[in-house]
Amino acid sequence: MKTFKKTSLATLLSATAILSAGSVVANEDPVKLGLMLPYSGTYTALGEAITNGLKLAIEQEGGQLGGREVEYIELDSEADPSKAPQNMSRLVNGDKVDFVIGPVHSGVAMGMLRVAKQSGAITIIPNAGLGAATNELCMPNVFRTSFSMWQDSYPMGKVAYDQGHRKIVTITWDYAGGKEDLAGFEEAFTAEGGEIVEQILVPFPSTEFQSYLTQIASLEPDAVYTFFAGGGGVSFVKDYAAAGLKESIPLLGSGFLTEGNLTALGDAGEGVMTTLHYAETLDNDANQAFVSAYENAYGEMPDTYAVQGYDTGMMLVQGLSELDGDTSDQERLIDVLANVELESPRGPLSFSDSHHPIQNVYLREIRDGKHEVVSIAHENLEVPDEACQM
Amino acid sequence: MDLAFFSVQLLNGLQYGLLLFLIASGLTLIFGIMGIINLAHGAMYMIGAYLVYDLNLRLGNFWLAIMVAIPIAIALGLIIERLFLDTLYKRDHLYQVLLTFGLILVLNEAQRIIWGGDVHRVPVPAPFDASIQLTDNLQYSVYRLFVMGVCLALAGVIYWVIRHTKLGIIIRAGAVNRDMVEGLGINVRTLFTLIFSVGVALTAFAGMIAAPLTSIAPGMGDNILITCFVVVVIGGIGSIKGAFWGAIIIGMATTFGAVLIPSLASMVIYLIMAAVLLVKPRGLFA
Repeated sequence: MKTFKKTSLATLLSATAILSAGSVVANEDPVKLGLMLPYSGTYTALGEAITNGLKLAIEQEGGQLGGREVEYIELDSEADPSKAPQNMSRLVNGDKVDFVIGPVHSGVAMGMLRVAKQSGAITIIPNAGLGAATNELCMPNVFRTSFSMWQDSYPMGKVAYDQGHRKIVTITWDYAGGKEDLAGFEEAFTAEGGEIVEQILVPFPSTEFQSYLTQIASLEPDAVYTFFAGGGGVSFVKDYAAAGLKESIPLLGSGFLTEGNLTALGDAGEGVMTTLHYAETLDNDANQAFVSAYENAYGEMPDTYAVQGYDTGMMLVQGLSELDGDTSDQERLIDVLANVELESPRGPLSFSDSHHPIQNVYLREIRDGKHEVVSIAHENLEVPDEACQM
Repeated sequence: MDLAFFSVQLLNGLQYGLLLFLIASGLTLIFGIMGIINLAHGAMYMIGAYLVYDLNLRLGNFWLAIMVAIPIAIALGLIIERLFLDTLYKRDHLYQVLLTFGLILVLNEAQRIIWGGDVHRVPVPAPFDASIQLTDNLQYSVYRLFVMGVCLALAGVIYWVIRHTKLGIIIRAGAVNRDMVEGLGINVRTLFTLIFSVGVALTAFAGMIAAPLTSIAPGMGDNILITCFVVVVIGGIGSIKGAFWGAIIIGMATTFGAVLIPSLASMVIYLIMAAVLLVKPRGLFA
């Protein structure tokens, strides 16, 4: 309530300012947002969902941030790590954007963060889940509105143990993101007393799973925990069901296994349990308003990527309205953004000292082609960030 | 490793290998006879899968969708060959590589414009939407067995055409010495158009029948392309027989490599390629 009063007071003040000196504010330069997201290739759908969510948040504020017009500069990252530093430099030095929003892919994030460090450009990561971004590599000008691999998989460890599973096979792609995800799960599961019978690493980005499914069948674990995403997620869940394993060996996973994939999964997805920081069926006011606004604007259900884009937009809306659109003092700007607190569609959202979201992680089960929320797997989960000293 | 486990893995390797053969056969034909490195071959595989996804939704029948999609794929090959490749035959190879690379970009972008970035699926069609019990907890999709049958049948047909028909003689001769074939009064231009269209149709068809087994996603053809090049190089460029055995070797190596030497799983096919090239620099059957 207190923050509400403060912001409404700020709005009132800025309204007065506009009335008294309208021409000055109207002439001000637009806020430039540089979007460095994949608009082609495997991650196209993610880049588009994030962009849609971001624009929806800003449109709801009349298309303005702190009273200033907004200019979007969209750059296709191609999810290509080797082009990341060059693309980021183009946005920061060429287009002189006020904020860089991106990327989706963790490899691209590594390249971007290098430039973020040199240039000091304020960077908001709306997806990429590499833990290091807000831990070992942390810097004051970098924020994350999404998750880390660890954050979404860690809660599943306890859930799996509580469901009575003792021996589990884990399987993912042999790359940093997959391994970080498994590490979170395995940490929690073994701490409870469970045993990882086998950790299977599939060459990235292969989706030829038959031989691994045969291996899983012969190992006969209590359950399987997996991280795959996009087309790989669909292939794995479908192949798992087609091999008849779903009935005898329950499939658990990180939410990315099924996120954005519900239609493609069809019946094969029914009963699959995942943990994630969002579910489209979440029963709170912010989410209901968001889902219907998103459906109206884009004609489809939002997924977690859309929410991450939306919260990035809301973070800017709240931050810049508190500053009346004044982005000249960067230290103050960073301070204001770090203290943003949102009633997000995903639930309460605030930021840790390392600028990483503190948020709920939900246990979800696919029923009738929707992610139904079973429970809150972990409330207000903060991620390890000991290596981050601002 | 017990016998059941071993047999199931054998089946997995065979099935993957046979599908690889179908994709690689078109690549090796185009490569061997026309001398064109068709980088867009993987994109054609993707287009095949998307075509059948789209037509299956519109027509409501998977088999009908394939019947309609095949002529579209052939037409696509025809258009590309006549409009673009035809003007480049007299130029250096680099131009053709550039062209087919450009085609990847164009086809991927066209896919995005027409079908968007979402992941799609095609349901397993009747009457093959059943499973058989292999071990006490493992089932095998009947559709996979069907795909194996189709691939084997097509391999037989291609082998017969190449071994026992006049067209086959021309194709084999063309792979060895193109100038001589032309000198003998064979219309090479028509031959090229035919080979390219058939090659494209074969890989697109592979995408179509693989669609119910995989997820249909942007960029799905880019990954398969590299594996197919390995198959073609191992088997010997231009050799259908080589493509067949190369594909079976790679299928088996991928399957068994993944479970027996997981730390080398991503490398194993390249190690085999290197080993083959050391012993037989022109491939096994060239």
